[in-house]
Amino acid sequence: MSILDVFGYLIDLLAVLLLALGLKGLSTVRSARSANGLAALAMGLAVFGLLLQLQPDPIAWLWIAIGTAIGGLLGLITARRVPMTAMPETVALFNGCGGMASLLVALAVALYDSDGADRVELISIVISVFVGAITFTGSIAAMGKLQGWLGTPGWTQSSVRHGVNIALAIAALVGAFALPGDPTGTALWLLLVASGLLGIGVTLPIGGADMPVVISLLNSYSGVAAAAAGFVVGSQLLIVAGAMVGAAGLILTQVMCTGMNRSLVSVLFGGALGGSAPVGGGGDEAGYSRIVSCSAEECAMALENAERVVFVPGYGLAVAQAQHALRELAKLLEANGSEVSYAIHPVAGRMPGHMNVLLAEADVPYEQLLEMDTINPEFPRTDVVIVLGANDVVNPDAKNDAQSPLYGMPVLEVDQARQVFVVKRSLGAGYAGIKNALFELPQTAMVFGDAKAVLQQLCTELRSQGVGKAA
Amino acid sequence: MTTLSQALWVLLLGSLLGLELIGKVPPTLHTPLMSGANAISGITVLASLTLIANAQDNPALLILGSVSLGFALFNVVGGFLVTDRMLAMFSRKKRGGGR
Repeated sequence: MSILDVFGYLIDLLAVLLLALGLKGLSTVRSARSANGLAALAMGLAVFGLLLQLQPDPIAWLWIAIGTAIGGLLGLITARRVPMTAMPETVALFNGCGGMASLLVALAVALYDSDGADRVELISIVISVFVGAITFTGSIAAMGKLQGWLGTPGWTQSSVRHGVNIALAIAALVGAFALPGDPTGTALWLLLVASGLLGIGVTLPIGGADMPVVISLLNSYSGVAAAAAGFVVGSQLLIVAGAMVGAAGLILTQVMCTGMNRSLVSVLFGGALGGSAPVGGGGDEAGYSRIVSCSAEECAMALENAERVVFVPGYGLAVAQAQHALRELAKLLEANGSEVSYAIHPVAGRMPGHMNVLLAEADVPYEQLLEMDTINPEFPRTDVVIVLGANDVVNPDAKNDAQSPLYGMPVLEVDQARQVFVVKRSLGAGYAGIKNALFELPQTAMVFGDAKAVLQQLCTELRSQGVGKAA
Repeated sequence: MTTLSQALWVLLLGSLLGLELIGKVPPTLHTPLMSGANAISGITVLASLTLIANAQDNPALLILGSVSLGFALFNVVGGFLVTDRMLAMFSRKKRGGGR
């Protein structure tokens, strides 16, 4: 063992240590940002150490430079340009590409470098192709669904889909078992195509509300794919890091499921929530009887006299890019002597923690963001609740109606407050595709309109009443 | 370079470490954590680099390696930067928003 080897091992060990510390640090608010930097540093270190050991020749350097320039630049541009509201899709896209990278490595080794491959290497190739392909197509399908490019086809909600997916899984298995005997032929392509289609077949039936869980799970898969690629090329560092991310991703998936009161099994195999719901599916306005709608003026008057105001932001707020307008209104109300807080449901937005990120972007003080368990006992002494583009997370049926598909999901108990205003474009259904009993309660009034426009109107109204000038 | 049993031990210990590292995470951090973990899973750059360096001028291996390196780096660079962008919002607010 040369000095260079020893040096290389030391760098690898340091990189693993820093990666672990980075991952750990990411789970506390104070250290999160530096931890992210630490993990990035660890990654750079690992690459440096590997290049030192590999000593690539000039031609290899050329191809490394090409890949680095293209991938790095696209990553840079995407990370800068993408709006905060599209974060779940972005993570899905990045994740899919990670899976694709592992897949391509395994594919290249299988096709061009598998002459002397032993059994372990061949099995690793199988796993890497299988998991990598599922990660890629699954992530892209998830991204397509979140962007609205892909719908939920009817057949995916019937038992047909289980048949299709089982057939695909069997085809993939056949390919997997045949591959070691014939690593460059039909078996490889069968495995590749069947796994890819399986990724789509499993993701497509899942409803938008459950998508974060799927992305988190696919994130875990991409770790597994990386670990498998580590076996293919014989890199211990890659095995450790891949296994670490795979396991951590599983835990995070579990945490998210708990927050949504869904089991992983029902997310994966249960079909879209509400896809077969008996009442008012997907965006029709039928079924509501006692709806009171009101203007922004009336809402502003109620706000002016309120001592305690709670905002419930949902994805509608994010879509309307209204977080800054919301912050503006909150400042006015505070100047008027009201106590303002924000109720954050664990799955508000499209991903746990997504709403916190959006509100932080608008400089909302961290202490005013209250989690569900903290805010729920406070609703009975709240004068005005303003629901902004949230729907299913404030549906009282989740507590009261055992027949509701939402039954059992923890919700924000806004129906306990004295007065509720729901700012919404229309009476269309939320992700769950069901009617919201909150809208029909006597203390609820609907303010129809785009969240941003309504919030700006409210600010104008309040200012014309002299609010905010006195201070 | 590694024997199978060594590699399997590494796999086992790495998995256990991953299970332990993430215990209680405040919901605020779920999205950044997922994004950060996703960036780390781009560590498969190491596999792409190894593939290219050991290609011995086989053009197919060089090209496939380079493409996979591009995909992996897209994941790594984009992942870390976007995570940093999210987390920067939290820290900026902490400094400026003391009321």
